[in-house]
Amino acid sequence: MSKHTLSILVENKHGVLARVAALISRRGFNIDSLAVGPTEHPEVSRMTIAVSVDEQPLEQITKQLNKLVNVIKIVELEPTQTVQRELLLVKVKADTLTRGQVLETVQLFRAKVVDVAPDAITIEATGNPEKLEAMLRVLEPFGVRELVQSGMVAIGRGSRSISDRTLRPVPVPPPHVQSGPPNVQARPVDHAQHAGSAQPVSPHHPVPAPPPGRSAVVPNQH
Amino acid sequence: MSEQLTGAQALIRALEHAGVDTVFGIPGGAILPAYDPMLDSTQIRHILVRHEQGAGHAAQGYAAASGKTGVCMATSGPGATNLVTPIADAYMDSVPMVAITGQVAGAAIGTDAFQEADIRGITMPITKHNFLVTDPADIATTIAEAFHIASTGRPGPVLVDVTKDAMQTTGVDFHWPTELALPGYRPVTRPHPKQVREAARLIAAAEKPVLYVGGGVIRAQASPELKELAELLGIPVVTTLMARGALPDSHALHFGMPGMHGSVSAVGALQRSDLLITLGARFDDRVTGKLDSFAPDAKVIHADIDPAEIGKNRAADVPIVGDCKEVITDLIAALRTEIASTGRTPSYDAWRHQLESVRAKYPVAYDDPEDGTLSPQYVIERIGQIAGPDAIYTAGVGQHQMWSAHYLPFEKPRHWLNSGGLGTMGYAVPAAMGAKVARPDKTVWAIDGDGCFQMTNQELVTCALEGIPIKVAVINNQSLGMVRQWQTLFYDKRYSNTDLHSARIPDFAKLAEAMGGVGLRCSDKDSVDATIDKAMSVTDQPVVVDFVVHRDAMVWPMVAAGVSNDEIQIARDMAPKWDGEEL
Repeated sequence: MSKHTLSILVENKHGVLARVAALISRRGFNIDSLAVGPTEHPEVSRMTIAVSVDEQPLEQITKQLNKLVNVIKIVELEPTQTVQRELLLVKVKADTLTRGQVLETVQLFRAKVVDVAPDAITIEATGNPEKLEAMLRVLEPFGVRELVQSGMVAIGRGSRSISDRTLRPVPVPPPHVQSGPPNVQARPVDHAQHAGSAQPVSPHHPVPAPPPGRSAVVPNQH
Repeated sequence: MSEQLTGAQALIRALEHAGVDTVFGIPGGAILPAYDPMLDSTQIRHILVRHEQGAGHAAQGYAAASGKTGVCMATSGPGATNLVTPIADAYMDSVPMVAITGQVAGAAIGTDAFQEADIRGITMPITKHNFLVTDPADIATTIAEAFHIASTGRPGPVLVDVTKDAMQTTGVDFHWPTELALPGYRPVTRPHPKQVREAARLIAAAEKPVLYVGGGVIRAQASPELKELAELLGIPVVTTLMARGALPDSHALHFGMPGMHGSVSAVGALQRSDLLITLGARFDDRVTGKLDSFAPDAKVIHADIDPAEIGKNRAADVPIVGDCKEVITDLIAALRTEIASTGRTPSYDAWRHQLESVRAKYPVAYDDPEDGTLSPQYVIERIGQIAGPDAIYTAGVGQHQMWSAHYLPFEKPRHWLNSGGLGTMGYAVPAAMGAKVARPDKTVWAIDGDGCFQMTNQELVTCALEGIPIKVAVINNQSLGMVRQWQTLFYDKRYSNTDLHSARIPDFAKLAEAMGGVGLRCSDKDSVDATIDKAMSVTDQPVVVDFVVHRDAMVWPMVAAGVSNDEIQIARDMAPKWDGEEL
């Protein structure tokens, strides 16, 4: 199994987090970390999900996620091409004897002290998961009293954006009259709407070119 | 252009705009507002069912028989949860369906209000998509989106949960949208030309290709294209349980249904094939048996409109995402190009002759019971012969379903409706009701089991009162037959809780009469035809025939669970002779 980071652009709608989390869970995968928040487009949220899976199940989970109507785009972020950050708040025991050493660690990891009590220090640190893990290892001997950590967020390096060209809504016509064998008591609802719909309406709508970007899913292997 | 309506009026108006002519449902507290304008609609016929599960399966039957989107409606809480089974069924079998449920008032959501259930949360894993509408201004757009999602791409059920207060709001501007903004929903229907060319190359190079055809071909209405593709090069075809009728059974290239109870020729064709041309099928475990020994020598072309099906169970050498109708059309053109450019027309004559000899040697067959009781297979076969391939057949789940799949005449698509993926006992009667409403010109037979029939027969009342004259054959072996068969084969004949005692109780004929239908009973071979003829002559009422049959009849062929399809048996402890490696 290997670690993978998925960036998922979703519509900013009620219940989307539940859909994504439940789907991953019911297909038998564990989420290592999940972060969700707004993007530069108010109607779009971005989830960063870290999962430990093999390639084949990862492809399946990505395809299943792509089937969710509220999921706009999924991109797997390559660790070497990505900036990854987590935020950590940790309350460490620190009395007059140990405070100096704890503060040294804080400086070493370029963390910040955000609260001080007579017998404890609360530290804020950001970094990639490896850095935070290393810092915690150093702090542990002093006594960690409380720890809270955010999910990882990640963004690709360079000038490209995964969200620039993908978010334009695709206009599709709504269904008018369904095709098929004779109806009972059919009454035209709106003549303007129905003009020219005498022939069976194709159940499909034209599909635009696939969105640019390194899509994690390759529907047709080009 | 807009007009001021109540939310409920907007809902009914939106359904009319979506082209709905039939809704199966039951009113209740939270959905009550919608039922008032329903009364005024001259376009929508509402059929008042007796149980919401019946509404759901009827909508499925309506959809499967017509190709249109089926619609069912229920109230909040128990009304909505009673729809869960048909929604799950429609999800597994890719049936376009829109379920509309009332929800408690927006302010009461989350308070454990009377008849409150989080039906959106409950149905998330079993719907293609679902909505909770709390703002009446969203009703029309949501309904338009629901119908679009249900009917396009891989079809499936969509649930729209509407709060009672949204429906009660007045002064709602009604706009039927001219465009839908669904940025995350872009089903691919056009196959990629490069993949199609690659598929054509593989087909031309194959020696033992098989067209492994699934329900996607039925949903895509691609039967004419399938026939053309098969005939172009004489490629053998097998049709799965969901695809019966995609190619006529009588067609020389049709080698039967594959799977756990498939014919020897169909199972053998897949097992010995060197190329599976998979069209709208999903390598279901009931077809593949033990996956790692399924079609071991075959390369795989897998075409499906749902990218997630490709490579899910079996790796594909050539994946093609697209609508089956377009895929097959393009594939025919690519094969013609391939033949023209290589100057060589592939021939599969030797392979086909091999399969023809297996098909001739091992037809799907049965013996009459030695004790003189009625053979269930004979009953089903005769119904098929008398009602013919123009009738629509539905089935429940179990032995009678498998016998129906083998012994009914499937010559046309959309004439065979059953619960394949979920395996829902009780599907047959309400699905037949829905099919008859969609196709009133057709004779509709529900082939049901005595176990299945006791799960949903209340809809006969609906049929009687609404003038929906379906025909039901209860294949009454007084037991949960398929489970009993497994107990016979694998549990040392310890028949734990499979005896239904339904030879006497209930009296199915009397039950049918009590529910406003005609009840008939038949228990000997000589009167089978006369009984079926009598049932066929009843055209203004539902009719139920209680066929009391031999209780130990078993479904053969059979591949036991968890073993390779090579272990297929044509009867107990009888394996077909593969004649060395001849097949």
